[in-house]
Amino acid sequence: MQEWASQLCENRQFGSKMTDSKYFTTTKKGEIFELKAELNSDKKEKKKEAVKKVIASMTVGKDVSALFPDVVNCMQTDNLELKKLVYLYLMNYAKSQPDMAIMAVNTFVKDCEDPNPLIRALAVRTMGCIRVDKITEYLCEPLRKCLKDEDPYVRKTAAVCVAKLHDINAQLVEDQGFLDTLKDLISDSNPMVVANAVAALSEIAESHPNSNLLDLNPQTINKLLTALNECTEWGQIFILDCLANYTPRDDRESQSICERVTPRLSHANSAVVLSAVKVLMKFMEMLPKDLDYYGTLLKKLAPPLVTLLSAEPELQYVALRNINLIVQRRPEILKHEMKVFFVKYNDPIYVKLEKLDIMIRLASQANIAQVLAELKEYATEVDVDFVRKAVRAIGRCAIKVEQSAERCVSTLLDLIQTKVNYVVQEAIVVIKDIFRKYPNKYESVIATLCENLDSLDEPEARAAMIWIVGEYAERIDNADELLESFLEGFHDESTQVQLQLLTAIVKLFLKKPTETQELVQQVLSLATQDSDNPDLRDRGYIYWRLLSTDPVAAKEVVLAEKPLISEETDLIEPTLLEELICHIGTLASVYHKPPSAFVEGSRGVQHKRLPGSAGSGESVESPDTGSAAGVSDAPPAVIPSQGDLLGDLLNLDLTPPATTGPPPPATSGMQLGAMDLLGGGLDSLLGGDLGGSSAMGAGFGAPPAAPAASFSAPVSGGLDDLFDLGGGVGMPMGTYSPPKTVWLPAMKGKGLEISGTFARRAGVIQMEMTLTNKAMSVMTDFAIQFNRNSFGLAPAGPLQVLTPLSPNQSIEVTLPLNTVGPVMKMDPLNNLQVAVKNNIDVFYFSCQYPISMLFVEDGKMERQVFLATWKDISNDNEAQFQIKDCHLSSDAASNKLQGSNIFTIAKRTVDGQDMLYQSTKLSNGIWVLAELRVQTGNPTFTVSLAQQTVWSNHCSDCAANY
Amino acid sequence: MIGGLFIYNHKGEVLISRVYRDDIGRNAVDAFRVNVIHARQQVRSPVTNIARTSFFHVKRSNIWLAAVTKQNVNAAMVFEFLYKMCDVMTAYFGKISEENIKNNFVLIYELLDEILDFGYPQNSETGALKTFITQQGIKGQHQTKEEQSQITSQVTGQIGWRREGIKYRRNELFLDVLESVNLLMSPQGQVLSAHVSGRVVMKSYLSGMPECKFGMNDKIVIDKQGKGGASDDAGKSGKQSIAIDDCTFHQCVRLSKFDSERSISFIPPDGEYELMRYRTTKDIILPFRVIPLVREVGRTKLEVKVVIKSNFKPSLLAQKIEVRIPTPLNTSGVQVICMKGKAKYKASENAIVWKIKRMAGMKESQISAEIELLPTNDKKKWARPPISMNFEVPFAPSGLKVRYLKVFESKLNYSDHDVIKWVRYIGRSGIYETRC
Repeated sequence: MQEWASQLCENRQFGSKMTDSKYFTTTKKGEIFELKAELNSDKKEKKKEAVKKVIASMTVGKDVSALFPDVVNCMQTDNLELKKLVYLYLMNYAKSQPDMAIMAVNTFVKDCEDPNPLIRALAVRTMGCIRVDKITEYLCEPLRKCLKDEDPYVRKTAAVCVAKLHDINAQLVEDQGFLDTLKDLISDSNPMVVANAVAALSEIAESHPNSNLLDLNPQTINKLLTALNECTEWGQIFILDCLANYTPRDDRESQSICERVTPRLSHANSAVVLSAVKVLMKFMEMLPKDLDYYGTLLKKLAPPLVTLLSAEPELQYVALRNINLIVQRRPEILKHEMKVFFVKYNDPIYVKLEKLDIMIRLASQANIAQVLAELKEYATEVDVDFVRKAVRAIGRCAIKVEQSAERCVSTLLDLIQTKVNYVVQEAIVVIKDIFRKYPNKYESVIATLCENLDSLDEPEARAAMIWIVGEYAERIDNADELLESFLEGFHDESTQVQLQLLTAIVKLFLKKPTETQELVQQVLSLATQDSDNPDLRDRGYIYWRLLSTDPVAAKEVVLAEKPLISEETDLIEPTLLEELICHIGTLASVYHKPPSAFVEGSRGVQHKRLPGSAGSGESVESPDTGSAAGVSDAPPAVIPSQGDLLGDLLNLDLTPPATTGPPPPATSGMQLGAMDLLGGGLDSLLGGDLGGSSAMGAGFGAPPAAPAASFSAPVSGGLDDLFDLGGGVGMPMGTYSPPKTVWLPAMKGKGLEISGTFARRAGVIQMEMTLTNKAMSVMTDFAIQFNRNSFGLAPAGPLQVLTPLSPNQSIEVTLPLNTVGPVMKMDPLNNLQVAVKNNIDVFYFSCQYPISMLFVEDGKMERQVFLATWKDISNDNEAQFQIKDCHLSSDAASNKLQGSNIFTIAKRTVDGQDMLYQSTKLSNGIWVLAELRVQTGNPTFTVSLAQQTVWSNHCSDCAANY
Repeated sequence: MIGGLFIYNHKGEVLISRVYRDDIGRNAVDAFRVNVIHARQQVRSPVTNIARTSFFHVKRSNIWLAAVTKQNVNAAMVFEFLYKMCDVMTAYFGKISEENIKNNFVLIYELLDEILDFGYPQNSETGALKTFITQQGIKGQHQTKEEQSQITSQVTGQIGWRREGIKYRRNELFLDVLESVNLLMSPQGQVLSAHVSGRVVMKSYLSGMPECKFGMNDKIVIDKQGKGGASDDAGKSGKQSIAIDDCTFHQCVRLSKFDSERSISFIPPDGEYELMRYRTTKDIILPFRVIPLVREVGRTKLEVKVVIKSNFKPSLLAQKIEVRIPTPLNTSGVQVICMKGKAKYKASENAIVWKIKRMAGMKESQISAEIELLPTNDKKKWARPPISMNFEVPFAPSGLKVRYLKVFESKLNYSDHDVIKWVRYIGRSGIYETRC
């Protein structure tokens, strides 16, 4: 009997092998009608054939929903294969036929009681996919049973079903208490059940940012780590991805988790490896760098990453995109592995392009010769994009490794000689950047470049060439002719080229005024009168007015010395990079974009990283992840593409008057004065000439930017505050604290307004805030976190807002801070990025704290030590500036400063000047020494600052605020 | 997670379409066809984002497999899953072709239902799947309760890759050490990069649930032993060992044990599977050295001379040697002279292909060719692709040696020496290129 059955099966299998493909070919007209008849046939075999035909039609996109009742009728069958086919149909069409779908409920409920676990699981798996509200209610009971089924196969299927149900009706799942059951499954004895429960919970938690669903604590973590060793490769991925969201309490816990995760690096499945890398990269942040284990871990990470490159090309691509991030975050891991990123002739183009990117990132003095030889090789390949990128890469090498610049330039010249059009154009674009980085060094090549003027047909290359001609007009004899030749077709050029041409001709005019007057007239009239482009027109007018009113000023502005461009190019903005590191292995890391940029809707992706409890370590990353995603879209590239220039130009008007908020930082040295005011914009501008012009834009918009006034205003303002405050001499406790300013306007905070200030009271730094609820609803659940910052400021405790904040209510909160948090240099140095969370949303803002907060009480140096130190400090680490309009005697000043923990060590009177020698110590242990010269009757103080470490400049700048 | 999975033929017609998530609409199927399969340009990325929907695709012969999602999924996992899907299909019905897919579409749907639940990959080991996805619809009824629970415990269990109760009259295992040696050499003979990527493939026909322990001449292990037993004769510990850069293992290997003791222990799946992969970069034996000499004689002629030298024991024989010398696109004619083997100019492949059946170690052979070129006014220079080589040698270029594979099965009465073991080493060329 048994034999007979199996023979029958074989026959059938044979039959189906021969015939299954025929289902794809039916194109007859009365098809639906025929199928209907077949579905209602008495013969089982015919029924099954008919259902197969239906599924085949469904696959190719035909609408077979009209057969719904007939197909569902076939559901009551003992034939598992037929049952599965019917279920498949049901999943597809139930939504369009909700009333009919009810017919299926009974079978599901019955199947969930079936003695065969495979059938129970099939039922629970399928019913979760039927998205009909009326049905879901009926499914709760069977699901509850299946979640506690004795068979692990059923439980693991039921666990996923909870996620399905949650996707249909979240409220129902909560009301029915399924979430708790799911949580219990994390402790299940079967590893696969654990893994699926983790996957389901992680996904549900994503849409409930506030809930404490995935309550990760050391016990659950331990359970997960145990299951990790036992479950399938996919389960391991779910668990590792979940682990990555955990924040260990301290470095020891972090280390012990890392130790248990590292074996996964030898897994054959690349996704397991990448997820393990993600966990390690995240937790490594918490390990002290001097720990032996830290070094071991770094060493362990390199080999598996290299191994990923021998996977299939698609996986290589994912791996390379991730390695690109890892190399930016921790270049030390792969610094010796340059060779594995050499491009293979047969690599798919997407792999080639990514490898090239990483090669540049890893290029260093040690390996530059090899890299250049490779790049030169690539520049002769076939694929245009790849060749372009290779040429560009040579330029990037020149900028990155100074020693190689000469070789790079000569390589580029060789390539220009090939006369391959796109190679030449690309080379010219990068040579322009090299000029910016090493001014007055390689101008000898200009002649060669000029030879290729005619072959340039791409805007970027034309613009670059025009920039070069304008910038070096004085050395190019026929600069006027060259530029004039471009002018002929001015209106046909792209905006980028037009702007560049305008600026270049103005530069030329300023350098050779006699011969080029006509030319400049011509271009100005072309730009202002004949152009419809407002940007071009405006810039034309600005130049025009500038040239006509004050040619000297024009020269100063347009021909101003340009700041050098930075070494590393195309770096991902640090905050975004940190977020992407948390997303290693996922799509975000492939796109290099935060999930919010490509994931739709309510799955609160950007909140994911902000755990409920405010506080320690790693979670500090969250504020910036959010801000990168939502608030600021700072351009990541250090060399912005030309397209961004206009944007920059417009933005510039907003940046200079940064007088709102706490005392503005005095950036990079007082001496630079006006330069500084424009500096922020200048840095980000590509063409220095544009920098000049935009500087003018600012100049016009704001009151005349006389250098002295512009810098003395904010500084002495701050100083006045420091000196006037406190009303009287004896005020030993409490440093100067600026008045509260609005940090988070209600507009941005969805009704929550935060204003605040910082103070140092009794040796404790405090953040004093006023929270005002300007919304209509009550606010609760406040929490706060800081991004890592220059001095490691971190909240010493949670934000204490005990009562809910009703509408129109204000509350004063004082948050004590400590300085033991993670450190990252900020710009400006005293910038602090804060995230505040409440029941409504998470808000991000940044504020600046007065550096005097960080002056500690024991900052009084011994006289002898002071003398010795003062002498030791090199002149480079000294700065001097003046404070005006300060009507205080030296003693009074000394007393006031003491209130801010700036201690007078000695005082001496020379030539009617009082010299005060002072010291102060920052919370991170850096000493700052100062000499304050006070001339009686003269309200101007002279301050000389000196300081031991390389941080000198920044510190003196900061101290200068006071 | 994965929102849907589609399989298309080369024309872009849908063969299989399974949607797991509500956010993936029917138009997703068309979006991929229009934007990727029918795209004018060559595909520039295996991941495509179309209207906030991400498509991952792999191609097998002319079949496209695409996974769709709207979430921030684990991209590496999706690709691994797609490969696994291909493996499973191949294990069930052979080559992935349009015909086979159409013939087995019901089976594929059944598999997709099992190995992907709500877009979460589930157990996808063919060994386990074949116990209950059989395409023999009624089998379910004939199973006993024990059989059923055995299936489910295997699918969900710790040893999901092997079922209980396997019996062989003859316990036998085969180990193949398969290496592919990769080289990129400069025209001057400088090694730009070289590595061996190796695989240890095992065919096991063992009864019961055998515990296996695998040992090789891994430097770390041997050094450790050398230190541990100082009394061991120096000759043994000083035996040639190799430094393995990195290795990955089949999921049956206990990784934590490897991490702590560097010992490779496991219960193997039944039949053929890949036990481990490894990579080495140090002290590689490069079986062949290629010395190219390309001279441009005027604008219409190229002279090429290539010497190959075999670099291994004279007693060993290399096989299936093939040297591929690229020629410019404007080649009009080629004259070849070679000392050994046969050489032919293949215009369609733009290359001279030189084949030698066998070659012993420490030998040398040479080919010279004159290439006539048509004059062109094409400004672009010929890119000079590298000369590539194919061969097979009967040793492991990395120097890897299998030291032992011990089998323990406590419940059944056979012991380690009852098992018949076979070991074989095959070294093949991977990407073995010399620039010219």
